[in-house]
Amino acid sequence: MSEKLSRASNHLTFLRTLERWKPAEIVFWVALVAVQFVFPTSLVFASQILITGLFALSLDMLLGYAGIVTLGHAAFFGIGAYTAGLLAAHGWQDPLLGLVVAGAAAGIAGYLSSFLLSRGGDLTRLMITLGIGLLLFEVANSAASITGGVDGLQGVAVGKLLGLFAFDLYGKTAYAYVLVVSFLLFAFVRSMMHSPYGLALRSMRENQVRALAVGIPINAVLTNIYTLAAVIAGIAGALLTQTTQFVGIDVLSFQRSADLLVMLIIGGTATLYGGFVGAAAFMMVQDRLSNLNPQYWQFFLGVLLIVMTLYLRGGLLGGLGRLAALCKRRRDKERS
Amino acid sequence: MHSLLGVLFDGLAYGSLLFVISVGLSITLGLMGFNNLAHGVFAMAGGYLLVTLMGAAGLGFLPALPIVFCAVALGSLVLERTLYRPLYKSTPLIQVLLSVGIIFVATAGANFMFGSGQQPVVIPEWLGGQLSFLGLDLSRYRLFLMAIVAAITAGLVFGLERTRFGAKIRASVDNQRMAESMGIRVDRVFQLTFALGSGLAGLGGALGVDVLGLDPSFAVKYLVYFLLVVVVGGPGSVFGTLLAALLLGVADVAGKYYVPQFGAFIIYAAMIILLLLFPHGLLGRRKSK
Repeated sequence: MSEKLSRASNHLTFLRTLERWKPAEIVFWVALVAVQFVFPTSLVFASQILITGLFALSLDMLLGYAGIVTLGHAAFFGIGAYTAGLLAAHGWQDPLLGLVVAGAAAGIAGYLSSFLLSRGGDLTRLMITLGIGLLLFEVANSAASITGGVDGLQGVAVGKLLGLFAFDLYGKTAYAYVLVVSFLLFAFVRSMMHSPYGLALRSMRENQVRALAVGIPINAVLTNIYTLAAVIAGIAGALLTQTTQFVGIDVLSFQRSADLLVMLIIGGTATLYGGFVGAAAFMMVQDRLSNLNPQYWQFFLGVLLIVMTLYLRGGLLGGLGRLAALCKRRRDKERS
Repeated sequence: MHSLLGVLFDGLAYGSLLFVISVGLSITLGLMGFNNLAHGVFAMAGGYLLVTLMGAAGLGFLPALPIVFCAVALGSLVLERTLYRPLYKSTPLIQVLLSVGIIFVATAGANFMFGSGQQPVVIPEWLGGQLSFLGLDLSRYRLFLMAIVAAITAGLVFGLERTRFGAKIRASVDNQRMAESMGIRVDRVFQLTFALGSGLAGLGGALGVDVLGLDPSFAVKYLVYFLLVVVVGGPGSVFGTLLAALLLGVADVAGKYYVPQFGAFIIYAAMIILLLLFPHGLLGRRKSK
């Protein structure tokens, strides 16, 4: 009996250690705050990386935790971006209001489309998400009178944040704004993934039949994780609109969905930080290489993907984790 | 009335082309369950090979076709060995990523070697022009396409239903483990089928330069179409793929002809609806696992 108890408390301590903020995580966020003061000239680029990282986090909820492969996640990013843009262009210029409405709009779209995903296997899901993404792109393209079509939505003017801070040319306000919003959403997602709900998600990813057998309502879980991921993607889209004061039609493009998938894979899935790390690595290398020649970049990216799928599972963070585990094992061995 | 028949004819020709390219993907998906998004790369390779053979080597259109078929099939064997085989048992996500990587490399490579423009192809004179039939002007090249597709379909159906190798393929698709324990070397069967399917895709790409066009973005542009044909037709079913390809071809041509303002909208909407109604494809074999 006492053995059973101690094992149960072991499990509890294990779950608690997972839940606790680790030093590396705190360093990560402190470093992001430091960027504001250390690199004041590249804040525009830094805030774009953060936005993409937040977007990748929303994909990680679906792909890494729930195991839903999607090729059309840009649909929700685009809905958020256009909602915020249209609001601002028609007079509602408060940025926080824009965020909330954009998140709600994307969430409604995600809720509705989640019902299309409850049928069929991985391939069918892949095709349906791809189809929804392409469909929305076509809609935005043909409704040029509302969205501006290929030319993009012009005339987006965003008001002062909280009525106090105006968005400046160097992105000082923008970066701080994006950082705070990203951190709040991240903390929310983090606590959710460490809750029983997060465990339910992961068990659904590992084995749907068994998850159903232990009483996890698979379809309901799928619906609400898809809706939540759509809300976060929509907020990321709105952040991009508000910080760049422009909406291009490429927010909805297939390329954006595919790139996002690549970033998340480079960073590592189901790690929470993989999206941010992947987005930073991807966008910084892209920035350098595309300046040389866009074709080099694509070629390099393709080779990288092939090599990673064959030899380097788990991405950058997975590799770091393995390295850390290796060091620890060696240390343990020396000690014994 | 005439325009209706004309649209139908063009749609059928277009659909036949989609069939030749996608049938290989259908079999690989049905057989190995490998989510190969990069199938269009083989078609693109076939197209570029044809253009090179006719341009630089000065070969004729007809003699170039069998060479394209064999070369693409051989090339795909190498890829199968080095890249695809290690990932047969992995998750769909990994397979999708690998094939997206292949698409990126192929697109960048084609861009680098041939430039970003459309590639021209000169069709022999006896295939050009129109043929008047019952008051309809039918393009000879499209008739030729349909004849080839009819021949390929007949050959495939005969091969699958009447030969020993076909029986092995069907057995492996239906129940891989059982087939293995009966002494069928499933990996060998798959390898040959993969090569055959890729060769057909290359052939389709070569035939399609005149109809579909050819530029480095080919593999991405038509990715949705190929996948759509396979998923709607039901992976592993030749007739289902043919039916889906013809339906899709007619629907796409009709949509672009009658309601051009909707653009590609119709095709995507049709895809979502069809997938919801038939999650296993129109004539899909249900796998007995």
